[in-house]
Amino acid sequence: MSDNPTSSITRRAFLGRIGAVSGAAVMYQAMSALGFAAESSYAGPIELKGAPRGTSVLILGAGYAGLVAAYELSRAGYKVKVLEYSHRVGGRAWTLRGGDEFTELGGFKQKCEFDAGLHFNPGAWRIPYHHHGILDYARRFKVPMQSFNQVNENAYLHSTKAFDGKPQRFRHVRSDFKGHVAELLAKSLNQGGLDAELTGEDREKMLAAMRSWGVLDKQYRYVASHAVDGSRGYQIDPGGGLMAKPESSTPIDPKTLVDSGLWKYLVTDHDYEMGQAMFEPAGGMDRIPQAIYSEIKPLVQFGAKVVKIDQDDHGVAVSYIDAAKGGDPVVAKADWCLCTIPLSILSQIPMRAGEPMLSAISAAAAYVASTKVGLQFKRRFWEEDERIYGGVTYTDLPITMISYPMQGQNLPGKGVLLGAYAFGPNSYTFASLDPAERVREAVRLGAQIHPQYTKEFENGVSVAWHRSPFTLGCFAPWRGDTRDKHYDNLCQIDGRIALAGEHASRLPAWQEGAILSSLDAISRLHARIVSNASEKKNG
Amino acid sequence: MAKEILFRLSRRVAAVVAVIALCASGFASAADTDKVPPPEKLVSGGKFVGEDGAVLYHAVCQGCHMPDAKGAEGAGHYPALAADPKLASSLYIALTVLKGRKAMPEFGTFLSDAQVAAIVNYVRTHFGNQYSDALSAADIAKFR
Repeated sequence: MSDNPTSSITRRAFLGRIGAVSGAAVMYQAMSALGFAAESSYAGPIELKGAPRGTSVLILGAGYAGLVAAYELSRAGYKVKVLEYSHRVGGRAWTLRGGDEFTELGGFKQKCEFDAGLHFNPGAWRIPYHHHGILDYARRFKVPMQSFNQVNENAYLHSTKAFDGKPQRFRHVRSDFKGHVAELLAKSLNQGGLDAELTGEDREKMLAAMRSWGVLDKQYRYVASHAVDGSRGYQIDPGGGLMAKPESSTPIDPKTLVDSGLWKYLVTDHDYEMGQAMFEPAGGMDRIPQAIYSEIKPLVQFGAKVVKIDQDDHGVAVSYIDAAKGGDPVVAKADWCLCTIPLSILSQIPMRAGEPMLSAISAAAAYVASTKVGLQFKRRFWEEDERIYGGVTYTDLPITMISYPMQGQNLPGKGVLLGAYAFGPNSYTFASLDPAERVREAVRLGAQIHPQYTKEFENGVSVAWHRSPFTLGCFAPWRGDTRDKHYDNLCQIDGRIALAGEHASRLPAWQEGAILSSLDAISRLHARIVSNASEKKNG
Repeated sequence: MAKEILFRLSRRVAAVVAVIALCASGFASAADTDKVPPPEKLVSGGKFVGEDGAVLYHAVCQGCHMPDAKGAEGAGHYPALAADPKLASSLYIALTVLKGRKAMPEFGTFLSDAQVAAIVNYVRTHFGNQYSDALSAADIAKFR
């Protein structure tokens, strides 16, 4: 977007820039079409009846898809075994706490130094209210949930190129942008500029709406007043007794606001996918997978690296080696297989399957990049100094955002926040750094928004998902065209093998996608098994 | 007794070797990272910045292929680029960077033609690779 050289912005330029905002809405619609924002079609707990006695299912991977399948299939009477590469369950639903150690690809080791009671979710970290499947599992396993506020009116929007790099409060940008748009529309209505669209009573109703929505005065102006303070906040808040009288705050002028580009972050305020209410399990995202795991513990074998997946008309044979020591492969046999291995890795494992499934695996194997950094500070200065409780600050710095913890709010003491959540090229540059350098960079950059960082920082951890040994990236990169061509082939049962995971869902990267994919795959697998068994019996 | 002395001795030798290895790798990475700008100078408007092959390798490639270009092995693997005979074909490498291949994402949208050429030329002349036929930006443009 080019800067407007005139001192007062023209109506045309201003409306043009609003068009750029609706561009964001159009982009969001496009994302919905790709399956990024669909409501979960979870229809309640599944009941798999009539499992043929003694039928075995081998499950590859103990992330959400594998855990849910192991739980439901074993309940239905199947003989289940789970092979998991790492030494924990949950996959990308992962929580780091003090004392945890982990090693990235390349051998880079980290030890989490957080104080007791503090944690950081380096992968999945929030659950929308419309993700019914994961919420239902949390409810069934009585995992306590707490609110996760994506939008915080008092958090910041920050651009290094605007306001001399000074972060702006979300409520100021939100209120002022709305107010200025309402004023322009009202002006246009009053000058007859929209007579082709609205006349008479309709015009009057729209004027009333603009006045109410934008908090305009009687002359349809968006100017400092206590009414506007009620939207964007006061300069001096009302107090008690003989304290100073409340003082009005001053709106940001329209040109500065539009030129700042900060309005582009306002889309988070009316976003279906991240709209309120959102949740997180109290104490860490891994509480839900841990709860499911507690029901199926004896079924899971850790440290098993799958090296070959074979099948014939009678069953599957999966070769695996000890993930740490290597050695000769061991073969696990079963009647059927549910494979939840991420496509990035599955594309490298020799597998006997038809060309349609193999092509589909390769089509979405180049996983999307993301990097997260968790930082512990000596005190919760974002709450004590800046009154930011939870929510997200957005920035054009490579860290992309800072998210403040939901846990322990307004208590004295330390806190851990999300100090970076980088995507695309910024994620690659972060992934290229040593873990300690990533933390150092997140602190250095974040200090532009919170100068307290420098003094209060204690320690941090980082997860660059392209260096994750068990995923080689963050999530499957479906595009509209590749999905149209390959997605159904990925989800179809091939012989005795079915695939599941977020990659086999229309909710990419979401835990709900992994759960729905798993429930759908095991339901179809079960139907196939039951029908095969009855054919055999009758034949 | 003799066994114990041998054990101690071998531990000491191992420690010395480890220290030497640490110094060597320390010097190597220090020399490389001195040249690399901080993250905010490496990306602008969603694209990588600069045309220095070494810097671009650091920013774009080494997250997966590693600082020594030897790749890595986990549940899956990243191939080594060091002493890689596949690098004999500059076109193969250029196409892989531009369009991606299996688990490797496409970088064509994040990189200019000159940047792709710089990366390909850098990798093919470092890490034990010695291929002198360089690609130009114009060569890359043909594959867009």
